[in-house]
Amino acid sequence: MGMADYNTMEMMICAAARNLEDGKAVAVGTGAPCAAAMLAQKAHAPNLVIIFEAGGVAPLLPTMPISVGDSRTFYKAVMASGMCEVMETIQRGMVDYCFLGGAQIDMYGNLNSTVIGAWEKPKVRFPGSGGANDFGSLAWRIMVITPQDSRRFVERVDFITTPGYLDGPGARERAGLPANTGPYKVITNMAVMGYDPETKRMRVESIHKGFTFEEVQANTGFELLKAPEVVETPEPTQEELRILREEVDPNRYIIGR
Amino acid sequence: MFEVVAQGEGPLFMDPDADKAREFFRQKNRAMVSKVMTVSEAVGKFVHDGDYLAIGGFGANRIPTAVCHEIVRQRKKNLIFAGHTSTHDFQILAAGEVFNRCDIAYIIGLEARGLSPNARRYMESGKVECCEWTNYAMACRLKAAAMGVSFLPARNLMGTDTFKRSAAKIVRCPFTGEQYVLYPALWPDVSAIHVHEADIYGNARIKGISIADLELARASKRLIITTERLIPNDEIRSDPTATVIPYYLVDAVCEVPYGSYPGNMPYEYFSDEDHLRLWLTVEKDPEEFKKFLDKYIYKTRDFNQYLELCGGLERINQLRAVEHLIDLGGRG
Repeated sequence: MGMADYNTMEMMICAAARNLEDGKAVAVGTGAPCAAAMLAQKAHAPNLVIIFEAGGVAPLLPTMPISVGDSRTFYKAVMASGMCEVMETIQRGMVDYCFLGGAQIDMYGNLNSTVIGAWEKPKVRFPGSGGANDFGSLAWRIMVITPQDSRRFVERVDFITTPGYLDGPGARERAGLPANTGPYKVITNMAVMGYDPETKRMRVESIHKGFTFEEVQANTGFELLKAPEVVETPEPTQEELRILREEVDPNRYIIGR
Repeated sequence: MFEVVAQGEGPLFMDPDADKAREFFRQKNRAMVSKVMTVSEAVGKFVHDGDYLAIGGFGANRIPTAVCHEIVRQRKKNLIFAGHTSTHDFQILAAGEVFNRCDIAYIIGLEARGLSPNARRYMESGKVECCEWTNYAMACRLKAAAMGVSFLPARNLMGTDTFKRSAAKIVRCPFTGEQYVLYPALWPDVSAIHVHEADIYGNARIKGISIADLELARASKRLIITTERLIPNDEIRSDPTATVIPYYLVDAVCEVPYGSYPGNMPYEYFSDEDHLRLWLTVEKDPEEFKKFLDKYIYKTRDFNQYLELCGGLERINQLRAVEHLIDLGGRG
């Protein structure tokens, strides 16, 4: 196994998929997160429940959705519900993972998808929270798939759209967010990062083949911590790549990027 | 009373007073009369300058496109818009610059398709007063209104700048002492929702996900329904389980076949990705976009004419095949 030819996106999707356990529930958006959830379901987690914020619950996704509210998101689903139903299932504690993105992320996993620059007079306006703050506040574990880039990985995000660990240990609970929730993994083109249990700061846990810690650090705008043992991220297996290419994304909408 | 721990600094555009809403709904007519009219009549009659407007569906899925076009065509202005689950609808309304205040949960973007250059320019122009929320926050605000109460508690938003720029409040739970964020009820002046089937009175059926439309229908003071098909009242009464919006919530019923185009209509037709891409491309050049808007909205008579410009039934049939995962083998 291993040794296969694969691209960066395939590597990221496979690394993300392996973090999804069977018998759990994941709230996803479109794109790479959806591909990761579909791959996990077909590879090792057949009982993974996939949920979309607009109301789709446990669909048998025939193709990659374009929107989190399009017909694919409830194709042969167990239920076509609504936004309150989904968000309240998360708030009730029944959704284990969510995937989020953003223009900026900081060392505590706080995410910005609202503005670059001052909010009152933004240099760049982005869509805002959408369901991101809801997922990031209420799901047990937050996962992020994003390119390793020092413009994205910043010391301080310009705007905290979605809470990570805010300013450190205990901050989520002090703010009033549900206990024992928060950022879990960040998967990039170079590494998989988690969070130090004591300081709640981002730390490198595994590095993809061909990269070094120094390269990861050089593409990060803050000081990264290291897990006690930093390993090489396992490469995608032939079987994972086959499922991803033939069943999950045969049109290469995501893995062709 | 609750102890208020923190308060967002954002503007509260609408009064969350439940008794005022009750007085309004007390006056609303419960007679079962035909409300069938054209989209142009409905928008002329029920959308007023300065109104708070909300649009059902999810951005480019089951949206009342014809109503969005007509609001722009009739050059409504100074609206307050619920930027909730909004993508192509927001893009259309921003193109017409019909709103100058916005409750923001999700704006500008068209999800995986990218950001609307024109909507972004509009939101960066300083012409729009903003308040930040989230998708669930806005759904809670509508749900509170639908329940007839002035607020609902939730556990999101706290600790963030999104809270700081919202008009929510954080309080302590009188039972447990835990902190909760409270969302003020939102009663939109007028909303439009696109459905699969409705009778002439407004009893309506939706297939597939409902997003926040069941709450929105109940929260709205005035409600315009556009429907793929009008069906007889007998059919509604033969299967009352299927009714999700009862007629007494509804002010106008407009039959608009393919009315979610270029958006997706579940079980009917998929989104027209080529046409949505055309919008995003043309918007890059403001002058070109002006011509585009003239052609597709300002100078079109109605939605049927817009459909014709976009390829008419031939295009719709292709999108039907996509929706139903039918491979036309290049014959589409």
